[in-house]
Amino acid sequence: MTSTSTGPLGDVVLELNEVTIHDDLADNELVHGVSFTLRRGGVVGIVGESGSGKSLTCRAVLGLLPQHIEVSGGTIELLGHNAAALTPKQWTGLRGTSISAVFQDPASYLNPSIRVGKQVQEVLRVKKGQSRAEARRGTLELFEAVHLRDPEAVYRQYPHELSGGMLQRVLIASAIALEPDVLIADEATTALDVTVQAEILDLLASLRARTGLALIVVSHDLAVVAQLCDEVLVMKDGAVLEQGATRDILYAPQHEYSRLLIAEHEQYGLERYLDSPAALPELREEELDYA
Amino acid sequence: MPEITETGERAPALAVAGLNVDFGRGRSRKRVIDEVSFEIAPGEAVGVIGETGSGKSTIARSVLGLVRPAAGSSVRVAGREVTGLSARELRAHRRTGLVQYVFQDPQRSLDQDLTVGHSVAEPLLLQGVLGRAEIRDAVRREFEEVQLDPALAGRFPAELSGGQRQRVAIARALITKPRLLILDEPVSALDSANRVKILELLARLRSSQVALLFISHDLGSVAGVTERTLVLYRGQLVESGATAQIVNAPEHPYTRLLVGSAPTLSAGSIDRVRRNELRDELHPAG
Repeated sequence: MTSTSTGPLGDVVLELNEVTIHDDLADNELVHGVSFTLRRGGVVGIVGESGSGKSLTCRAVLGLLPQHIEVSGGTIELLGHNAAALTPKQWTGLRGTSISAVFQDPASYLNPSIRVGKQVQEVLRVKKGQSRAEARRGTLELFEAVHLRDPEAVYRQYPHELSGGMLQRVLIASAIALEPDVLIADEATTALDVTVQAEILDLLASLRARTGLALIVVSHDLAVVAQLCDEVLVMKDGAVLEQGATRDILYAPQHEYSRLLIAEHEQYGLERYLDSPAALPELREEELDYA
Repeated sequence: MPEITETGERAPALAVAGLNVDFGRGRSRKRVIDEVSFEIAPGEAVGVIGETGSGKSTIARSVLGLVRPAAGSSVRVAGREVTGLSARELRAHRRTGLVQYVFQDPQRSLDQDLTVGHSVAEPLLLQGVLGRAEIRDAVRREFEEVQLDPALAGRFPAELSGGQRQRVAIARALITKPRLLILDEPVSALDSANRVKILELLARLRSSQVALLFISHDLGSVAGVTERTLVLYRGQLVESGATAQIVNAPEHPYTRLLVGSAPTLSAGSIDRVRRNELRDELHPAG
């Protein structure tokens, strides 16, 4: 891929080059070389089962690897910063403002005894230095942006009063509060009903189209990733088995494991009944109005 | 009334008629299952699809006698009425093993302190009909049926993978030769490779005499295994038909949204704009 390519996608926001991750305690390499380039408004998907290294890769990108696990080789470049050279303080500055993430179980990321509006508002007050009133207004706008019905009511509610899909919207609102360049969605829709999953995926697609947010979508389900991503990495046991344009992987999978992921849908999914996949969703140019 | 004598092979594996279930009492009483009726023929595989809170698990629990339906409801398993049974009659009914069930999380449905071989044998031990040697043979047969190495019988659940544990749960359910097997989200907790294998196993069961009631929020996971699908929305059956028809020509807005939301490798049958329209149709602004 040449850097002069002119497409609908913008500048490079994140670049991984042969990243390896090592467990120093067990003296064991957990991730054996991951490379990809994420551009403004782009979406990269990572598919794999538990233990494939997909979440560790995300945590490395967020600068949040557990103790005694570290990036042992390769480079991560986030908005021109070499991640290896960042101090913990610089990381804290970048998280939220440049890169943020949502995970599988939204309820566990919220304090159950504080109203959700207050928890999101706090992000704006602490990180942006806004006044109470400003932050409240900002939070309501964010709730609107993530299509929460009746933002005022949600603002006053406690986490246990909201459904899983609503909680995930609150978490996404919080994650995009500081207008990051990159959002990681790590199994963000796995625990949700399929209809709610589609709502969240639709929301991510519209945020991307509207604001140029770049996404890393991580899932065990190839179909979830295929809905959103231009490029897919298939991981297993810490290795990237296959990587390329979503279309190529779906129609000409090279690796047996990718074929298994596809077979799951073809034999037991709706594909069995639907007409053969004639066309993948084309990126609609008119949606890319942030360029 | 044609009484319970028609327990023969020809009686429906499950006949639910006018099922109503209420939760709570007095003013806070809420109807969670509203006039649900359907039948499952011997050996037939039927899916029940619905979102969280739609009442799909409550139907399963009614069949197992774990919730008490409202008066006038009828639930017959292999011709036998199970509503209105006393606690003692219910225990006896469960012991017959005519109906068995498999839940989402085998970690929790298997006794952690028993070897998995013992867990699989337990329904037969409770029946107390077969001798030890016969039970041992039956356990071995069921392990083979679900493609588990019989050598694993001495292990504990914690020593097995999620996929293996789910096979154990299925073996345990099959060992009494049930007429009806209820599967409540049996593959939702598994990763792709294991999901395919469990679905293959369930598809293979279709050639046997056991009828399947396959409950899930995900039409995609039941479509490959079931002949017929029932769609449950807010406690009511809103649509039913051949699975192929439900997938290709869904009628109710909820079913259309469900089909349009299922992650598929292709673009899917509807796009984001259409999905939003259906959502508005289901939940008018407010």
